[in-house]
Amino acid sequence: MTAADVIGELRSGMTIGIGGWGSRRKPMALVRALAASNLTDLTVVSYGGPDVGLLVAAGKVRRVVTGFVSLDSIPLEPHFRLARQRGSIALTELDEGMLHWGLLAAAHRLPFLPMRAGLGSDVLRVNPELRTVRSPYADGEEFVAVPARPLDAALIHMNRADARGNGQYLGPDPYFDNLYCLAAERAYMSCERIVPTADLLAAGPPQSLLINRAMVAGVVETPNGAHFTSCVPDYGRDEEFQALYARSAASPAAWAAFAAEFLDGEEKDYQEAVARFAAERADPGRAVGQAPA
Amino acid sequence: MTGKDARATLAEICVAACADAWRGDGAILASPMGIIPTLGARLAQLTFEPDLLLTDGEATLVGPPADGESAEQVAEGWLPFREVFTMLAAGKRHVMMGAAQLDQFGNQNISCIGDWARPKAQLLGVRGAPGNTVNHPVSYWVPAHSRRVFVDRVDMASGVGYDRASGLSGRTARFHELRCVVTNLGVLDFAGADHCMRLRSVHPGVSVSDVAEATGFLLAAPYQVPTTRLPTAAELALIREQLDIGARRDQELG
Repeated sequence: MTAADVIGELRSGMTIGIGGWGSRRKPMALVRALAASNLTDLTVVSYGGPDVGLLVAAGKVRRVVTGFVSLDSIPLEPHFRLARQRGSIALTELDEGMLHWGLLAAAHRLPFLPMRAGLGSDVLRVNPELRTVRSPYADGEEFVAVPARPLDAALIHMNRADARGNGQYLGPDPYFDNLYCLAAERAYMSCERIVPTADLLAAGPPQSLLINRAMVAGVVETPNGAHFTSCVPDYGRDEEFQALYARSAASPAAWAAFAAEFLDGEEKDYQEAVARFAAERADPGRAVGQAPA
Repeated sequence: MTGKDARATLAEICVAACADAWRGDGAILASPMGIIPTLGARLAQLTFEPDLLLTDGEATLVGPPADGESAEQVAEGWLPFREVFTMLAAGKRHVMMGAAQLDQFGNQNISCIGDWARPKAQLLGVRGAPGNTVNHPVSYWVPAHSRRVFVDRVDMASGVGYDRASGLSGRTARFHELRCVVTNLGVLDFAGADHCMRLRSVHPGVSVSDVAEATGFLLAAPYQVPTTRLPTAAELALIREQLDIGARRDQELG
């Protein structure tokens, strides 16, 4: 598949889960294609990073379901922040573990899973739809009934995959990517490189094969496709580019300039613009990429 | 070391105070948020609390080699985020989080300032605070003790305080425990009446009234407030020569 094929299978108003965590191993090439599409009114479920920020800035998002939105090395995601302060997006704010539990419940086709997290906190106040449930056993304890978080579609990014949909992460953490896939009606996996199935185990042990072909509907090869988030060991986070992205939230003009330089073309144009940005940084005559205020 | 060098800085006193938060915890996961809490947890692990588990901030558990020959960290295990959630729910963890707001019963806000529906300032979101506070011990680190942080009422209760915990039904709150709050002015705990916040110690050169002045609610305090302990010479040497050669600890206090 291509990124455009994936976007062609999505519809406005869908609930879309995005794998990774914060600014780590996000399927950014697919997110960029989504941001450039004519889809709108999306509900985005994510351990949020620049995936959420980019889609919010592009006006694609009606609601965000999350426990945080952060760029990790830059604690606050500026586009998400602006949208919240303007009141232009709805938010379902959950404890991080509740999001995990909601995906697990959906993957298991259960209506809810009980959990202690949330009790006593304002998560129950700001999500009045959340209910509690009492243990039917002798303990009689009360829990939050964390509702299943079924997804219309999931987008994830892996280091390697084969063309049939077996996916491999080579970094330290699988995050929750397999759960996003199983919670979704259809899941799409981008990867740094599609390799023959027989070559997968040359790169990592069997337990690095997190995604199997029963979990995904399509595979897209997107080299550098998690940029500017980290995708170790293939590459780390591009901190200078991330700082540039963060500064693009400073004003509508700054965002328009960033979008014109990096986002208005295709993925190939994006990667060329990123390469130019990197080359300019390498040139000591140019001063760019200072840290955000 | 010269006499001047031998004196601990405020940042170093805070590192030792953070380390003390994990004293007696044994083999549980210490999750420090921030530079000074991280140095504190590593100091505790290297000295009086060698069984503590620490991650590298990603998915690898790291600690000093068991032979005690060096402070160089070695990998000893794998703990991806999904397993952090499991350790958390199992109660085998003590986290030291930050706080944008904290009230006298320890309700903590890292979500947003102002009305949640349309906040004046969107912050991180609740993160794991709701689950952390009802599952295992939690402490807080506040590098700039002020009335902006220590407020009468938090705008959004991300972490659960003692008044809210005591309002939960039955045995629900039995794992709730707020240990301490380390700030640039002193160390606080929740040993006041009804578990309200109490001043446990003031850092050297800080007076009780300095702390009261910077706190937006009435703070409990013993008749004589002790001074926070100084790091030992061995602790200072570890902080300066092994854990934080680049002195990142000074950045966090601004």
